[in-house]
Amino acid sequence: MSTATSSRPLTAPSPHAPAAGGARRRSRTRTRLELALLLAPGLVLFAGFVLVPIFVAVYYSLYSWNGFGPLTDFVGLDNYVDAFSGDVFRGSIGHNLIIAALSIIVQLPLSIGLALLLNRKLRGRTFLRMVVFAPYVLSEAVTAVIWLLMLQPGGFVDEVLRGAGLGWLVQQWLADQRIVLYTLFVVITWKYIGFGVILLLAGLQGIPVELREAAALDGATSWQATRHVVLPLLGPTIRVWIFLSVIGSLQLFDLVWIMTLGGPANASSTMATYLIDHGFKRYEFGFGSAVAVILFLICFLFALLYQRYALRRDTEGAVG
Amino acid sequence: MRSATMHSRRKLSVALAAAATLLLAACSGSGGDASANGPVTLTWWHNRTTEPMKSIWQGVADDFHKSHPDVSFTIEPLQNEQFQTKVPLALQGNTPPDIFQQWGGGSLVSQLSSGKLADITQASQSWIGPLGQSAKGWQSGGKQYGVPYQMHAVGFWYRKDVFANAGVTSTPTTLDELNAAVAKLKAANIVPIAVGGKDRWPDAFYYNYFAIRQCSVDSLKTAIDKKDFSDPCFTKAGENLKAFIDTKPFQDGFVGTPAQQGAGSSAGMLATGKAAMELQGDWNPDVMQSLTEEKDLDSKVGWFPFPAVPGGQGDPNSVLGGGDGFSCTTRAAKACADFLGYLVGEEVQKKLAATGSGLPVHPAAVASLKTETHKKISEYVSKAPHLQFYFDIAMPTNVGQALNDAIANFFAGQGGPDAIVKSVSQAAAGNK
Repeated sequence: MSTATSSRPLTAPSPHAPAAGGARRRSRTRTRLELALLLAPGLVLFAGFVLVPIFVAVYYSLYSWNGFGPLTDFVGLDNYVDAFSGDVFRGSIGHNLIIAALSIIVQLPLSIGLALLLNRKLRGRTFLRMVVFAPYVLSEAVTAVIWLLMLQPGGFVDEVLRGAGLGWLVQQWLADQRIVLYTLFVVITWKYIGFGVILLLAGLQGIPVELREAAALDGATSWQATRHVVLPLLGPTIRVWIFLSVIGSLQLFDLVWIMTLGGPANASSTMATYLIDHGFKRYEFGFGSAVAVILFLICFLFALLYQRYALRRDTEGAVG
Repeated sequence: MRSATMHSRRKLSVALAAAATLLLAACSGSGGDASANGPVTLTWWHNRTTEPMKSIWQGVADDFHKSHPDVSFTIEPLQNEQFQTKVPLALQGNTPPDIFQQWGGGSLVSQLSSGKLADITQASQSWIGPLGQSAKGWQSGGKQYGVPYQMHAVGFWYRKDVFANAGVTSTPTTLDELNAAVAKLKAANIVPIAVGGKDRWPDAFYYNYFAIRQCSVDSLKTAIDKKDFSDPCFTKAGENLKAFIDTKPFQDGFVGTPAQQGAGSSAGMLATGKAAMELQGDWNPDVMQSLTEEKDLDSKVGWFPFPAVPGGQGDPNSVLGGGDGFSCTTRAAKACADFLGYLVGEEVQKKLAATGSGLPVHPAAVASLKTETHKKISEYVSKAPHLQFYFDIAMPTNVGQALNDAIANFFAGQGGPDAIVKSVSQAAAGNK
């Protein structure tokens, strides 16, 4: 009896075994079908609107083409050589890098400081958070037009500085070739600081208060707790912010285009304004495509390397 | 995939499911060739997105439909800037618009290689006469590929009250007189001339005019045709411009000033009386009016032609300008050409002139212009021995833009007259 009862569970599955295997197989095909069905629309859209245009751009970039008629004038890599041998394009890459570097050096500490401040319990915190975040909600074009008008000689900015007794600071903000890029950087900072602050605030919310309290019990000062407990835990958020900020700096366009058109004398041109200015405004679509491909490759390369070396431990941590 | 016969109402859609789903819409049409008689719907792209012109174009299309019931319209007003990218794409595709905004000159020639622009030389023969030399900018190789419906001319707009306050009693007719006026205005602490250097094209007006005054009509024509500014008169024009800029006639930080945005723009400075002059097109009063509260602006601003330059070979009465026009594509060329004939006819031209948005191409409409100043400009243009198209529009787009950039750099203190001359030949040779 006991053997019968003990053997039953052993033998019982055997008649069902083939059926169970079939179900597993069926469920595997079903999973594949489901995957195909669910992923296909996304993949088709991704291929159609991302991959195909990239390959088409690469194709166009090998021709000298004004945008009309068939592509007949094959020039190989000449467009790329032309782009890199031009002072203006090299200057544009430099401007992008300056903006990217300044973002990390200036915007990041500023964002962290503001986020730490706004994370404390203080009167009117919600209002202050809103004030910091408001510029980010404005469209880039609107921001650009407002600042373009305010930065004219004798405009709002100059008047405010003079009113505050800082008249000696007044410059030709958008007309001076040595200053214009930094003027634009200030406007970019004004516009995007809110985004960094919100991102870091979200990061701060995820850090348990107990850790700070524990540090305080161990005799850590507020600064020490911030420096050695909060900031390391904020690392993943900071790394994501740096990623977004650098990519944004490399693709900078709207603000510059509206405020200076990359001028005066190309002093504030970026890769993207150069692309529109020299590629499309001049009806040199082949050349423009080459510049677009270069811009894409720079961003892509940065993204890959950054993912590989900076973000990997964050994503691994998330998975593990 | 969509065939070009858009006028057909019958549309057969076939959906093919494959790895990717392609939607194939095949159109079946009776007749196929739209230039044959039969009902046709013209797609019309124009750049008048604001009133009053938006409604006027709609009304003109409605009127034409009434007298030609076979022709109807699908009107798509587009922002000016959009034409730069949309037209090449549309001409590359299978369904370009039937009528689209056309500024003539070099970009028209560039567009010809698409093979989609209609030659309307024959179709326009009966009505193009009154347009005179205005129509030339829309020709290539002796064939007409579009027509202007209004012309534009560049000259100095000035504030009569500001001139009077500074003791400038008459409008300058020579460069010396202009320099004297600049000196007087500076002494009176007024910005003599406002220029929208940020936008670059206003800078180009100065170089264009110095060249027009310096070079003979023949040298201008040859230089534009050959895309070669090596004639010494073009270098001399640059030197004259340099000498003029060195007198510091412009506002502070002029290379960062927008031309038309806000009260701090060059047009705004003139509208608010902060500057005395601006070298601009005939459209400037409309722009200025939108930037000031002043109601009586028309009576306060006047116009005078670009002054004569001593020692120049050019005719002091030659005028710099351009125009707004339309081209037809091949699908419905006949109906489109008839419509263009209607646009440049007396009736429509009078309506356009009354808006003050440009100078009429039909002489009979000049009397309908809104202001005395515009009548004066129109008269000056009609008597001009030579109407010079803006250099950037007259030459292929890549060359024209390279020239404008070199001029803007010149205004910003980068490069000399030779850099301007070189920019043209280099761009023409295909250098970026």
